[in-house]
Amino acid sequence: MIKKTAADLAALIASGEASAVEVAQAHLDRIAAVDGSVNAFLHVDEDIVLEQARAVDAKRAAGERLGPLAGVPIAHKDVFTTKDMPTTCSSAILDGWRPPYDATVTARLREAGLVILGKTNMDEFAMGSSTENSAYGPTHNPWDLTKIPGGSSGGSSAAVAAYEAPLATGTDTGGSIRQPAAVTGLVGMKPTYGGSSRYGLIAFASSLDTPGPLARTVLDAALLHEAFSGHDPMDSTSIDQPVPPVVEAARRADVEGLRIGVVKEFGGEGYQPGVLARFHEAVELLESLGAKVVEVSCPHFTYALPAYYLIAPSECSSNLARFDAMRYGLRVGDDGARSAEEVMALTRAEGFGPEVKRRIMLGTYALSSGYYDAYYGKAQQVRTLIGRDFDAAYTQVDVLVSPTTPTTAFPIGERADDPMAMYLADLCTIPSNLAGNAAISVPCGLADEDRMPVGLQIMAPVLADDRVYRVGAAVEKALEDRWGGPLLKEAPEL
Amino acid sequence: MSAITRDEVVHLARLSRLALREDELDHLATQLDDIISAVARVQEVAAENIPPTSHALPLTNVLRADQVRPGLTPEQALSGAPAAEEQRFKVPRILDEEA
Repeated sequence: MIKKTAADLAALIASGEASAVEVAQAHLDRIAAVDGSVNAFLHVDEDIVLEQARAVDAKRAAGERLGPLAGVPIAHKDVFTTKDMPTTCSSAILDGWRPPYDATVTARLREAGLVILGKTNMDEFAMGSSTENSAYGPTHNPWDLTKIPGGSSGGSSAAVAAYEAPLATGTDTGGSIRQPAAVTGLVGMKPTYGGSSRYGLIAFASSLDTPGPLARTVLDAALLHEAFSGHDPMDSTSIDQPVPPVVEAARRADVEGLRIGVVKEFGGEGYQPGVLARFHEAVELLESLGAKVVEVSCPHFTYALPAYYLIAPSECSSNLARFDAMRYGLRVGDDGARSAEEVMALTRAEGFGPEVKRRIMLGTYALSSGYYDAYYGKAQQVRTLIGRDFDAAYTQVDVLVSPTTPTTAFPIGERADDPMAMYLADLCTIPSNLAGNAAISVPCGLADEDRMPVGLQIMAPVLADDRVYRVGAAVEKALEDRWGGPLLKEAPEL
Repeated sequence: MSAITRDEVVHLARLSRLALREDELDHLATQLDDIISAVARVQEVAAENIPPTSHALPLTNVLRADQVRPGLTPEQALSGAPAAEEQRFKVPRILDEEA
């Protein structure tokens, strides 16, 4: 049961071969069995899970039409507000907080009949690439429990890779869906910015934050993408256009006649040989499937990482000013004598972890007068140039490809106190965030050195989300034929 | 030469409303220096006459009709408050005694 895809589970429930309650219970049992060693979930309430599942079964019994994912369990990243479950962003400053409203993504999961299993661990406020920056302890990679599951959506990736859930939500600001998907052998999609709603998503960097799906197959990711995306009047940056035909594209799964560009700047020094080997094989595979492959240069992509680590912290320093100990969350040091400002500073010092403090300080620096032009202003100009590199590339090709990450999952603790080393994990994923593009990561094999998963990143222009699903599904189909099944069957039993 | 001095780090902590301990300030001074030196690479890019991008997609202002619609009740709005009194957020003093 737990190894089935979301599409298969939905079909079983729709036909009555399995009830939503049975499916939910199987996943709750799996969570009980393995989450002690994985630590993917921060919060699971069995009663609430079974109540949601019973509602789906009742609807079906009453003859109501069910959506394509009705009754399918899902792990929900703890960055989205949920009114019946705590929402913490893995931060001590929000410990135990119960939001009075649902995020739009949450509301749409409920409308689609998805059964929310619980909230998943993450890097605090989505800042990190390893899920080590959590106030509630690190999450472990199901492929090797001593290694990181990626981040910031690492609880979500680990939950799906460990068969605790067939689907999960994530958010991607600099790679936080694609990188965890890559290092756990999953499919992870960052939709076009504005294609999925940010309402009720606790903000990190508002010009970059994008909700998206994690799944074990390209089709499952597309089904979830379609379920929660689309225009939302509650988000002023939401695009008022139809969701691209992602499910149809995932079913089409061909690359016939497509022009594919290999980004010249992503490869070489700093990349793990086993990652590059699997990437080059995937490119050859695309060519053998009928795509025309060319090399393209995006010269400013090498400046994407430094530009991102100015823009994202700047936006975060402003967004996280809301955690002021006055209206919700932690308050410390309020002894009746201290001023509001003193209480605020004490609370923030105690409630935020080291990475969040670093980024707030860095952003405050980049935005301060005297440094603004040299740092934040310059980074915004680089952002323009990266957008132009993409525009030029897309005049020659339909999609761009690269490795998703320079290396496979690294050991927990290895980069924990070396921020610059940690930031390198986002090297290849950041350009799509800065340009608002659609981008997906699909599994493309195991690296020879460590037998850990490698991801292939496929990027397409704004609102061409369907194109990356089409290519991703073609790669998946061809590779699974070669492997005799999904990559995840190579993962050790937990 | 370091990109940022410890005094600047102390100032940033104050601007950021973070009451950091001395050892945190020491550690952050070193790390911020490393990070700022690395991200300063953006200054190598020839960007004369290049407009800045704050958002990848064009933004348009979104307005709605000025009509009353359901919102949170006072109880819901105050449900996460560290302290509340008479349907209000209760906060520590914001003015000095003599003010």
